[in-house]
Amino acid sequence: MKVTDLVNDLGFAPICMPDPEREIHGCYIGDLLSWVMGRAQADNLWITIMSNVNTVAVASLADVSAVLLAENVTLEESIVQTAELKGVNILSTSLSAYEAAVKLSGAL
Amino acid sequence: MSDHLNFHFTVDGDNFVSAGQASVQVKKNLRELGLSPDVIRKVSIAMYEGEINMVIHAHGGTADVNVYEDRIEIILDDEGPGIKDVELALQEGYSTASDSVRSLGFGAGMGLPNMKRYSDDMRIDTTVGVGTKITMTIRL
Repeated sequence: MKVTDLVNDLGFAPICMPDPEREIHGCYIGDLLSWVMGRAQADNLWITIMSNVNTVAVASLADVSAVLLAENVTLEESIVQTAELKGVNILSTSLSAYEAAVKLSGAL
Repeated sequence: MSDHLNFHFTVDGDNFVSAGQASVQVKKNLRELGLSPDVIRKVSIAMYEGEINMVIHAHGGTADVNVYEDRIEIILDDEGPGIKDVELALQEGYSTASDSVRSLGFGAGMGLPNMKRYSDDMRIDTTVGVGTKITMTIRL
């Protein structure tokens, strides 16, 4: 599935989507950044509640398809701009990481 | 083969906002060179972990990325406190980072293990009280 399908089919809210056509393969959940870099695979959807500027760097370097911020976690506007510049897709949801993953699992 | 490309960076200490800038720039440069996504990912992550380590532990330092025909070499050099027990530092989960660093999502004790994981060869030269030099090689 594509990043844009997360919005259209699953109802996740887009925060910024500079690369909406990117394909998603698999999912990784985690908030410890090094853990994510060690374990997440390229093209995963990364679900997290960690929302600082380093989240964007990690998403870019680990080459995940998109970041999904769970539990209504928000992102500062300046960080949204950084993500836009770096081509990092970010979405949000009111669901918990578990609930979001279950929803995604049915669609992947 | 002495002919190679060099990217040199100064890593600003104690600044978590700019941390990662060198890695992101390297990622961009390697993309422009047309290297495979897998190699770019390995180099970017290994370098980012090193960069973060220098910010957390060593008040910054320098980073050099050398691109050869058959390999990429990342050299991280700092004048920080040095690593007391390298074997322990290489264990997943071992960390001496502060709580404030942990609240940013770092300090999981995965930095050096990830650097080892994503490089084909890693050499650590460290002296307590003098500094640390880490050389990572990723084969192309």
